[in-house]
Amino acid sequence: MTTRKTATYTGIPGWIYAVAAAGALLVVLPLAAMVARVNWANFIPLITSESSLTALGLSLRTSAASTVLCIVLGVPLALVLARGSFPGQRVLRSLVLLPLVLPPVVGGIALLYTFGRQGLLGRTLEVAGLQIAFSTTAVVLAQTFVALPFLVVSLEGALRIAGSRYESVAATLGAGPSTVLRRITLPLVLPGLASGAVLSFARSLGEFGATLTFAGSLQGVTRTLPLEIYLQRETDADAAVALSLVLVAVAIAVVALAYRGPRAGRPVRAESTTPASATGGAVQ
Amino acid sequence: MTFVVEAAVDGRGFDVSLRVGPGETVAVMGPNGAGKSTLLNVIAGLLHPDSGKAELDGRTLFHLTGGHGEWTAPHHRGTALLAQEPLLFPHLSVLENVAFGPRSAGASKQAARESALRWLAEVEAGELQARRPAELSGGQAQRVAVARALAADPGLLLLDEPMAALDIHAAPLLRRLLKRVLAGRRAIIITHDVLDALMLADRVVILENGSISEEGLTREVLQRPRSRFAAGLAGLNFVAGGITEHGLEAGGLSLHGQHHDLPGPLPAGQPGVAVFPPSAVSVFLSEPHGSPRNAFPVTVAELEPHGDQIRVRAGRGGLLGADITPSAAADLGLEPGMKVYFVVKAGAVAIYPT
Amino acid sequence: MSTRTHVKTALASAALLVGLAGCAPASTPPAASAPAEATGRLSGTVTVFAAASLKASFTDLAAQFEAKNPGAKVMLSFAGSSDLAAQIAQGAPADVFASADTKNMAKLADARLLDGAAANFATNVLEIAVPPSNPASILSFADLAKPGVKVVLCASQVPCGAAADAVEQAAGVTLAPVSEESSVTDVLGKVTSGEADAGLVYVTDVKGAGEKVKGIAFPESSGAANTYPIAAVGSSRNKELARAFIALVTGADGQKILGEAGFGKP
Repeated sequence: MTTRKTATYTGIPGWIYAVAAAGALLVVLPLAAMVARVNWANFIPLITSESSLTALGLSLRTSAASTVLCIVLGVPLALVLARGSFPGQRVLRSLVLLPLVLPPVVGGIALLYTFGRQGLLGRTLEVAGLQIAFSTTAVVLAQTFVALPFLVVSLEGALRIAGSRYESVAATLGAGPSTVLRRITLPLVLPGLASGAVLSFARSLGEFGATLTFAGSLQGVTRTLPLEIYLQRETDADAAVALSLVLVAVAIAVVALAYRGPRAGRPVRAESTTPASATGGAVQ
Repeated sequence: MTFVVEAAVDGRGFDVSLRVGPGETVAVMGPNGAGKSTLLNVIAGLLHPDSGKAELDGRTLFHLTGGHGEWTAPHHRGTALLAQEPLLFPHLSVLENVAFGPRSAGASKQAARESALRWLAEVEAGELQARRPAELSGGQAQRVAVARALAADPGLLLLDEPMAALDIHAAPLLRRLLKRVLAGRRAIIITHDVLDALMLADRVVILENGSISEEGLTREVLQRPRSRFAAGLAGLNFVAGGITEHGLEAGGLSLHGQHHDLPGPLPAGQPGVAVFPPSAVSVFLSEPHGSPRNAFPVTVAELEPHGDQIRVRAGRGGLLGADITPSAAADLGLEPGMKVYFVVKAGAVAIYPT
Repeated sequence: MSTRTHVKTALASAALLVGLAGCAPASTPPAASAPAEATGRLSGTVTVFAAASLKASFTDLAAQFEAKNPGAKVMLSFAGSSDLAAQIAQGAPADVFASADTKNMAKLADARLLDGAAANFATNVLEIAVPPSNPASILSFADLAKPGVKVVLCASQVPCGAAADAVEQAAGVTLAPVSEESSVTDVLGKVTSGEADAGLVYVTDVKGAGEKVKGIAFPESSGAANTYPIAAVGSSRNKELARAFIALVTGADGQKILGEAGFGKP
């Protein structure tokens, strides 16, 4: 825990660095190539066109909404998966994580057959006066579908690392389960929750396939930034590239935020894994 | 108004029945894996026994048969747990940690704060109230943890080796503190240290292999151990066997000894134990002739330092010990594997039935 | 920590898979150029990039071409016309390009990437596609503007959307679509799944969808017919084979198959 990277033997063979560099290039080079293609003279007009701003605004709003939905639904899921014990737990975990590896378009089709007009719940919802297809709600549902696993994975990991010893102590001090959750568990895993939420937001922001399949594409209603980019590409490559750069910038900001999260939370985690560290130090 | 628990956990071979009176502190001792922590977890409600029942001041904590029945959730039990590690909530200040119990019990913020300050003063940690747990030393953190447990006003305080993680300077301070706050308070304390049992507990319970092998007043258990574990705690040699007219017969070893407690002759034919201190045992290279009544051949297993003496472990898997001076050990040229004679005066051997 | 790593690994693998999938069309084996025999029997491989709406007809035509020329092999790649034009501009190994509009063909012509002039070989007009039950009782183009009717169109940026705009103008009807899709297949998908009450697609798409949708022709569509041009690509290594395939498409056999699929004469 306390070992510093700079001073220790890494054990990494030199050629690994070469392969790692190739891997990094595979990611960085296309981004650089895209940046090189940006029409800087028209950059500002391109990204501030009405349709672009509408799409960006819609993307930010829907991603924020789906992140909230991910937290509301994902926190209980992560708790149940990390702390609960019930038959089918492993199966549930696999199913919840499925959207991570599923092509988004498959998610879109699945959502269509659930919430669509002819879908499993869609018919009932339509009778109740709720129409989801072609609405902003559909966008949020599609984004939540693909982003939820990110929150669940991050938070479940944080919960497992934290363990449940603080919760046990809190219970013997007279705190009921809801109080323990509110005052102990959630504050302890806050860094994990925050990075999970940020990742979910990022995933929502980039969601394309499921939205296209399930929600459609209409300016200001369902045409999020990725859909706008896809459409602009048909006629105006410069606009598509400029908007892509905006999305990359937002994504970088979000990822930077997510990776800052764990560091901010390290003292808490270190405390939770080795609570006697202060004591151990004193023994020496 | 007493606390009683009877509980069995089938998977762990755990089956214990214990009673703690009002204001009584009981020390639970035993080898690792004997089920000491299981006992506390069952009482605190963190572990579901398969069967048994427990009552605290007339309230049922659990009453189970075959894993089903009445069950009181941990937060309704009033059994605060103080562990080896302080486990102070890292995101709360010292004051908020101590106020946690009263707040959970429904006290107002102000009342909880006052109660917390009172308990912090009680453990002489008032000046730490604004600190974060990460800014405390081990001893300070454990003092705050004591205050936090007491602030919850538990009907039964459970202490799981509270001194084990402390350094040699912090442990005596905390022991003194616990002696003060445990006085007149009902508590169960798990400890490996015979000093804790002597200082803090009225009674001691020896737990071995999931069940109680011996219990009694701390002083009596240490003076007249009836289990090998208790004899080890008291630092005494321990031989279990059958009582004879003159002493004890155990697997070819015949010990002459005295009946310390009861008047009259030894109750021959009963199972019993012989107990004698290593300091009363001398070591000879050949069988001595003369006054000592007990001499038996043994093979030296280990030599280890013991205070300013050398402890010679020999015979019976190295379970018997003799304390001799380093110069005597050098004169005898002792080394593991040697055959020697352990000699102990009959007057030093206490025999009693079990 | 380890879960984070898993996520990263999963993401990396996902990215890699996407990358590989993207590579697939480009990994077409290079055309093995063999000299044509005097009898007109050709051999080698010809790679045809064709608009997605041509999938059924060109698959048939490719089979016919290979039957006539046992030594020849046709590799087909179908996608949106603008995607294909962009791929060719980036050096994709196409021998023949068949576009669903003249605009994308013009892009390649302007960039001097074609071998000779493009030939128009088909036209396509819009038709209203509705679910078989026709829930919104659509009978005419004007019905699409009825309140409460969920209409899906192509976005103006893609050819089928531009055609829809033209039809709207010709008919003097303004539609309020619930969605403007990037491709005609997405429009058709919204209708076949029953999400939309109606969509404007090409008549060939309605034919291709079979029983899943009902087509409603409307007179205003004739004013906005799409013209399909075909041309050999300048960088082709098998120009003879490319020209032979184009001849098949523009010839009587090709026109028959295209006509059966619903395409009009150029």
